[in-house]
Amino acid sequence: MILQQLVDSLSLEVLTEGADLMRGVSGGYVSDMISDVIGNAREGQVWITFQVHLNIVAAASLKGLSAIIMVNNRRPLPETLQRASEENVVIMTTSLPAFDLVGLLYDLGLRCR
Amino acid sequence: MDILGAEMLSNNDDGKIVVENVYCADLMSNVLSYSITNSLLITNLTNAQVVRTADVADIKAIVFCRGKKPELGTIMLAERKTIPLLVTGLSMFEACGRLYENGLRSDKDTGRQ
Amino acid sequence: MTSSSEGTFFLTGKDFVKAGTASGSLKRVLEDMGVPSAVVRRAAIAAFEAEMNTIIYAVAGIMHYYVTAEMIKVVIQDMGQGIENIELAMTEGYSTAPDYIREMGFGSGMGLPNIKKNVDKFMLSSVSGEGTTLEFIINLEKT
Repeated sequence: MILQQLVDSLSLEVLTEGADLMRGVSGGYVSDMISDVIGNAREGQVWITFQVHLNIVAAASLKGLSAIIMVNNRRPLPETLQRASEENVVIMTTSLPAFDLVGLLYDLGLRCR
Repeated sequence: MDILGAEMLSNNDDGKIVVENVYCADLMSNVLSYSITNSLLITNLTNAQVVRTADVADIKAIVFCRGKKPELGTIMLAERKTIPLLVTGLSMFEACGRLYENGLRSDKDTGRQ
Repeated sequence: MTSSSEGTFFLTGKDFVKAGTASGSLKRVLEDMGVPSAVVRRAAIAAFEAEMNTIIYAVAGIMHYYVTAEMIKVVIQDMGQGIENIELAMTEGYSTAPDYIREMGFGSGMGLPNIKKNVDKFMLSSVSGEGTTLEFIINLEKT
């Protein structure tokens, strides 16, 4: 599975310019706690979160996550978006709440073991 | 609750909790802002604030993920507020995915599908 | 619904063990008075967010409530760092909370907007370096 497939199936809005949507997706991780993501998320997962703070970019970059998907129509702070572009981290957003988005991703076959 | 292989932590309930909606989050303002009454809350946080937030937001029950059990004080507080606590060994992503697969939604009245 | 009630709770900054108890007590008071549950929820949510702000950012504060047949009025006054830029503080997602607060599930920049969303009248004033006063009113007659 690649990011483009998720964007197409779930009508996600891509916020980072020139984002590489050919990246592979190995699974999903849902959390709003940065320490939890740093500790437990795995490379290639998409990270579903309500957080918009600058620190999420560093966490995603550190763990080699495929993308960050914000829920409930949350938008990154300007500095978050800026840093994401610099560090080549893909940020997307959806109007869905996290539970429903995860449900749909699960439906598409993503897992988190 | 069998879906999650969850264990009941508080003993003030007969195991039959009727939930209409599910919400997953670690940020309490998010829960207060978007969750619907009579929801089940899935979270990674195990502090007493989660129980207090649940009380204020009329959350029916709380599920903690990754086998993380709250402190005794949190469990006692939940018993006083009659909010059942459960713990599952699953990640939040898996827990949400499985519940979604079984027909639960964030908001059963306006939720998609 | 019984006629009226009034009371005060004391809030201690950084006391995360007790944080939320004042709003929980206020919720009980409103329930016992027979206030409709949807209104109780709105008041409890607004009070909880305001209480958490005091716990997170201030040294100490008080929460005072008045309930009449017409309205619920809650005033939260604290001594602390205050808010430098209220307009910015009201922006969803903006927060000055340190990381350890975020790891506790707070500081997502939703608190103040969330209070405003749940109340009928909202007043916020602050002197940077001294403290903040937040007052909100929820009308009861409409319900």
